[in-house]
Parts: sequence; C-alpha cells; structure tokens
Amino acid sequence: MANRTLTFKIFRYNPAVPEKKPYLAEYRVEEQPRMTLFTVLNQIREEQDPTLVFDFVCRAAICGSCAMIINGKPRLACKTLTKDLPRVTTLLPLPVFKLIGDLSVDTGTWFRHISLKTESWIHTGKTFDPAAQEERMDNDTALRIYEAERCIECGCCIAGCATANIQEDFMGAATINRVARFMVDPRDERTPAQYFDVIGSNEGTFGCMGLMACDNNCPMQIPLQYQLAYVRRKMAAFGLGQPTGPGQAGTPEVHTAGRSTA
Amino acid sequence: MSSYDTFFTDVLIVGAGLAGERAAIAARDRGLEVTILSLVPPRRSHSTAAQGGMQASLGNSAMGYGDNPDIHFQDTVKGSDWGCDQDVARLFVNTVPVAIRQLSFWGVPWNRVTAGRKTLPDGREIEDKKEFEGLITARDFGGTAKWRTCYTSDGTGHTVQYTMDSIVIARGVTVHDRTEAIALIHDGRKCFGVVARSLRSGRLRVYLARATVIATGGYGRLYPASTNAVINEGTGMSLALDTGVVPLGNMEAVQFHPTGLVPVWILITEGARGDGGYLLDKNLYRFMPDYEPKKKELASRDVVSRRMIQHMRKGLGVDSPYGQHLWLDIRHLGAKHINTNLREIANICRNFAGIDPVRDLIPVRPTQHYSMGGVRVDIDGHAYGLQGLFAAGEAACWDLHGFNRLGGNSLAETTVAGMVIGEKVADYALGTETDYSPAVVRDAVRVQEERIQALTSRADGRENVWALRNEMGAALMEHVGIFRTGEGLQKAVDKLTAVYERSARLGLHAPASGANPEVTACLRLPGMIRLALCIAHGALARTESRGSHAREDFPRRDDVNWLKRTLAYWDPGSPAPRLAYEPVKITELPPGDRGYGETAAPVGQG
Repeated sequence: MANRTLTFKIFRYNPAVPEKKPYLAEYRVEEQPRMTLFTVLNQIREEQDPTLVFDFVCRAAICGSCAMIINGKPRLACKTLTKDLPRVTTLLPLPVFKLIGDLSVDTGTWFRHISLKTESWIHTGKTFDPAAQEERMDNDTALRIYEAERCIECGCCIAGCATANIQEDFMGAATINRVARFMVDPRDERTPAQYFDVIGSNEGTFGCMGLMACDNNCPMQIPLQYQLAYVRRKMAAFGLGQPTGPGQAGTPEVHTAGRSTA
Repeated sequence: MSSYDTFFTDVLIVGAGLAGERAAIAARDRGLEVTILSLVPPRRSHSTAAQGGMQASLGNSAMGYGDNPDIHFQDTVKGSDWGCDQDVARLFVNTVPVAIRQLSFWGVPWNRVTAGRKTLPDGREIEDKKEFEGLITARDFGGTAKWRTCYTSDGTGHTVQYTMDSIVIARGVTVHDRTEAIALIHDGRKCFGVVARSLRSGRLRVYLARATVIATGGYGRLYPASTNAVINEGTGMSLALDTGVVPLGNMEAVQFHPTGLVPVWILITEGARGDGGYLLDKNLYRFMPDYEPKKKELASRDVVSRRMIQHMRKGLGVDSPYGQHLWLDIRHLGAKHINTNLREIANICRNFAGIDPVRDLIPVRPTQHYSMGGVRVDIDGHAYGLQGLFAAGEAACWDLHGFNRLGGNSLAETTVAGMVIGEKVADYALGTETDYSPAVVRDAVRVQEERIQALTSRADGRENVWALRNEMGAALMEHVGIFRTGEGLQKAVDKLTAVYERSARLGLHAPASGANPEVTACLRLPGMIRLALCIAHGALARTESRGSHAREDFPRRDDVNWLKRTLAYWDPGSPAPRLAYEPVKITELPPGDRGYGETAAPVGQG
C-alpha cells in the first residue's frame, strides 16, 4: 500500500509575540506504518519547524499531557493513529485552559487550583501509627475508589464541555469525579455538609447541563455520567434536607455509581 | 545584563515525581519552607507510568505467607548481582512496609485480600485465609521468592503519585512546574541552589536554598529506544556532574527490557511470553529454542534481550523505517485468551500501533528501561563532594540496585528514599543557614546567559541539536546496549567524543522568543552527551559481566577485581570523565550464585 502524504494544519501563536496574530501553519508528512501524532509532531519539530510548541510526557495515555483538539474533538494525541485520520488534519489547542503557545495549554495550573478549591485529599482526624497494621478495607471498595481515581487530568472533558466553555468558574466533570472519589472513600471523614460547601453550587454539580460530552470524550472511559449523577443525587438530597443514607456521604451500600473493574 | 527573579526557600527539590514529593512532605512536616521545581505538572511525572507495583514484605497474600524483610533483602542483593550497598538494602527492606501503610493512610486504594480458594493460571491451588481479608494484597513479580508486589489494579504508579501529590497540596508545599534547573549554584564546597529556566517564558530564575535535592529520575531517553517518558533525559544527573566535584555512580549499569513495542517503545509485559507467546525473525522462524533449548522465550529478561540482539546481528531482524526489529507472535493463543488474560497488551497494540494481536504480529525489540546509576550519595542521601546537595530515587545511586534492579523495587525505592532522605535533608537544613556569596550567584547566572546568547549569535557552522542527538543515541544503542565488547565500546567512546566536541557549536535554526523548544534542547544536549560518555567509559573499563552489564569478551562476574562501584567525575573543560572506584559494602550476604542468568552458568556460546 502506497504511503499517503498527510497535511497537518496546526494552530500557531506565541504569547511572547502578541503582535503576530494566531494562524494555521501547514506541514506535510509522509505517513509510515503504525504512526501516531506523537511521531508526527516530533518529526515536524525536528525536520521542519524547531519552534513548534506541544506537550508529550509518557506518550502512552498515562500522564494526560497531550490532549488537543484533533479535527474538532478533544483527544489524546499520543493515542491517535494517523491511519484513523483523513489526508488533512487540523490541530488546535484545548479551549478553556490558558494557552502557553501553539498546542500547549496550562492544564497543570488549572487542575492544581481545582484540587485546592475542593480540598481533594483525605480528611481525617486520625494520626498515622508506623507500628500498626494497615486498616482493613473491602476489596470492592478499593476498586470503586480506583475507578474514579483513574482520571489523568488531561482536560478533554473540560474542553468539550459547553458549560465550561461559557461559564468560567464551572469546575467540570473531572473535578466532580474527583470529589466522588473521596465521597466513596471510607477513610475520608468529611460530612455531606462539608462536601456541599465544596461542590453543591452552580460552579459545581448543579452547573452541569447534562449534555454529557464529557462521558464521550474521556480517553480513560471513566463513567462520568454515573459519577456526576451520583454526586448530584447526594448533594441534592442533602440540599433538600433528606437523609443521605446511613452514616456519611460515601457509605458504600448507598452507592451505585461506577462500573465494577473486577 | 538581563534581570531575573530570585526565590528563597529552606529546601529546594528538583523533580516532582514520587521521590521528590515524598522528600518534600518530610521536610515540610518538620516546619521547613519547601519549593519543588518540575519540568511538568507533578501528576505528569514518569512515576505515574509504573503500572506493576511496589515490593513490601507484608506477607498478607497466600503466596506471600511467611515473607519478611530478610527474604526481601536476599532477593534484592542477589538481583543486584552483589553490586548494591547492603546497609542501604537493609534500611530499605525494613522501611518499605511502613511506607506502604502510610500511603494507605494517605489514600492509596491498594488492592486487598479476598478470602477463599483460587486456581492460578498454571493450575496451582491456593487459599487466601479469612484472617488476612481486607489487608493489602500482593502479586507475583520476577526474581522474588514470595509474592510481595503490592498494587492498585493496573495503575499503581498513578494512584501513588496522585495520593502523594494530594498530600503535597494539603501541606502547602510550593510547586513551580514547567521550570527546568539548568545549573547548580555552588562554590566547589557547598551548594546554594540552582539557576533555572522557565519553560513558559524562557526567562532565567535563581532559587536559593539551605538544602537542594535532585530527584529528576533516570536518563532513559539518552537511548532512542526507551520505555521511559520523554522527559527522562538525566537532567539532574547532569547538574551534579557539571560541578566537577560530585561523582556519578555505576553509570554503566543500564537495564533493558526484551519487548518494547516498535516504534513508540511502550513496554509489552512478560505476560505475553509467560502465556506462550513466541519470538519470530524475518523468516517467521522461532529462533529462541536454538539459543535456549530449555527455557526458550522464558529465560530471564537480560538473557532473552541478548539472544534477540545476537539474532538480529546475523541479519535476521525485520527491516522497518524505525530500524531492525523482531516479531512477537501471540496469535495462536486465540482471540478469547488475548482479549481477556492479555487485555492490557492487546489494548496497547491497538491504541499505539494500530495492530490487532489476534491477527497481526507484534513488532518488538529490546528497549532501555531503567538507570541503576546516578548521583552518588551516602546512606543519608547526601551527595559525595558537595555539602547541602542531596539526591533520591532513580536520579541517585544510593545504591539499592547495584547492577540490576528487581521489578517492584523502583516504585518502592522512590517512596522509601523520599521518606528517609527527606528527614536527613530536614536535619541538615535545620542545622544550617542560607549563606551564599552574591558574586557566586551572579557568575552562575552569567554563565547560563552566555550559553543561551551563544546559541543565537553563533556565526556559522551551526550544529543541529536533533541531528547530534540522534548520532549520540545511535552510538549508545549500537555499542553500549545489551551486548558489549571492548571493540564496540571503544567505537562508542570515539563517536561520542566527536559528537561532544561538535556540541560546543550547537546553534539555533529558527530563533524565537519565549520558551523556544530548540533552546531547551540545545541547553540539555551537551550534558546528555557527558552522561553518555560516563556510561560508555565506565562500561569499557569494567572488564567483567555483572547484572545488566554483559561483556561478550569478559562473560563472567569477577569479584576479585570488580566487586566495586564506578565513580565518574567530570573535570571542567575535560573531554572525558575521570573514573575512580570504591568498595561495595557487604555486611550480611557474601557474593554467591544468583541462581539464574548467564554469569552464574558455564561460559557458553558467544
């Protein structure tokens, strides 16, 4: 099979040179077998334009660095094979996040801010005893935590979210999923009231319009639709003054979100 | 002279992977101000890619009953081919159970013991007892006497890094991401901090600290075929080497994995061969039984890697635009087995190579995987030769791994080293003051400004950074890979010396303001070539085979002459490293037979 010549139209803008308006630059690359956008972009930088800015770290869909808009959809570039692309492909940086240059956006700062805002760490009154055996946990609970914990903070769900694109302070699916991860964790002692303060607002779970592009765009196939519904149900029940089940938010027996990974 | 921002902190940590973040937490918990610099947001660090797990002798799972730190110690020392420091190995195996339980306390969702009878894939029956239910469980990993590798499904590194980073955030540790340390500030006696460059703006910064910790990971990406993340270019090791007074230990000890996927070099785990996969050559001939009649494809990692290279050298590799490779064939295992038991491998093949292993052959070749060598530190993590400088994790030669690291010991090392060394860093920082000479700082910045200036203003004869880098990589891959000979290593040294000389004339081909990626690459490359020269010279001098260092012309381990650690120094202005040696500390387990691998066996073919 003859190799195709692929054309890439790539968004270019250097914030250090604001007088030069953003534009699409065109590059041509000979397609090779098993080629991904990781190979393509590095080849362009090494052979055609050493100033092209983009981000890769693991190139194996583990680190979440390389999300971009590929022919209109937020995707991980490392996981995109050229054989699945047409002859002409347009690459744009993710919207919502601050642009660093060309295809590189500042997802790191955005997600760090969100972690601080939602206090995304285990809240406990206990202190660690180095001499003690670990506290026991049901393996199903561990797997349920892991299901939400798998998020790699790539930003695809945020970039494809209509609400996040028009409402600057909307925290988005990744954040709500992150809160769900702590809600199902028995080690976190936060009460429903404390979670409500964090996520029970228009910036959080009640801002979601339910369009569910996040669920389609997640490269980790995290069941965001279920996670969002779970958090919203919990917070709505608390807000309406209903019981949220025996004990605290996150008591395993009232939780039905998340597909089992077993 | 341009202006630059200056930041003061008590403890400065370079690198936000697991070792760096764990050390940061230790120092922060002692009341110190801590700043972490990182090339990338912490949660994008290479630590997240460690999927397998973390060794700790908890003994909770059926196949781990009776395990204890002594057995973990023996496995680690044997694995290292007696190259490790046994005091460090003892400290490590005793500490790792506490480290893993603390991670559990902080939020890692370790997989737990479920009670009941189970049948293993090989037919063995085991029973997990009720009394251990709900405790942290473990899986099997190569080179260990017990099942000891704790894990969270297929994402151990990910969950440990996310948990560690959540504690870093909760504790108020400052993180400056997209910031690259490009030189240590020191006076030849003491380290005062670093000169750094913002990868957002391209501007230089100064960070001054009482103690500086290098935790930048390994140098895998010196090799063009590496399973490592693209940021693993040995940047922190270069900083230490460039001081002229801090040595790097055992740089020639480089671990390879037999089956990296061509051309993205993502790891295809042993599971594929364990379940019955074959290796085929360009004639679709299964060659491993010819070399290893007994174990075939299931000989140890280093042995399989060596045989694959040997076979390709005979011209029997498959040509491709990405160089020669071989085939891994699992088609005969059937769609059902591949899509369930080997699902992870099948997904990697489909997602990153666009091939379906149910129908297609998988292109593989031995791929660089781990750097045992690094900044030589004592048991407290304090670097040789410079007060106030520490190192931890893969960036350091502590030296837990000697000449070969066991699976599951790398992730464990990051956390334990961060924990132990973080306390020593805090002790040191609390007992000293930030004292520095403004002239030393100014000079350090000026040197870096001049380097950047020269890249732009160089009149002619500009060397291209990517082309030179490829030449460096080719020399390493061809001659300083899995099989080494005196002749090949000499060729590598000659080639790398020439490339290093040319790297003094690196220049930009398309100047751009801001964080120009070509400038970033040009600033890194000379240091990377110095590391490559340390590896090649160290390997040439070491006339024995030990662990991952396999010399065809010296196939046996030589404890009489070589039971010692290589120290590579770089005298300023020199074209080559200066090698020195120190004894290896043997306290409990004297050198003996590993019980596997070629060096223990009679000298065989080629």
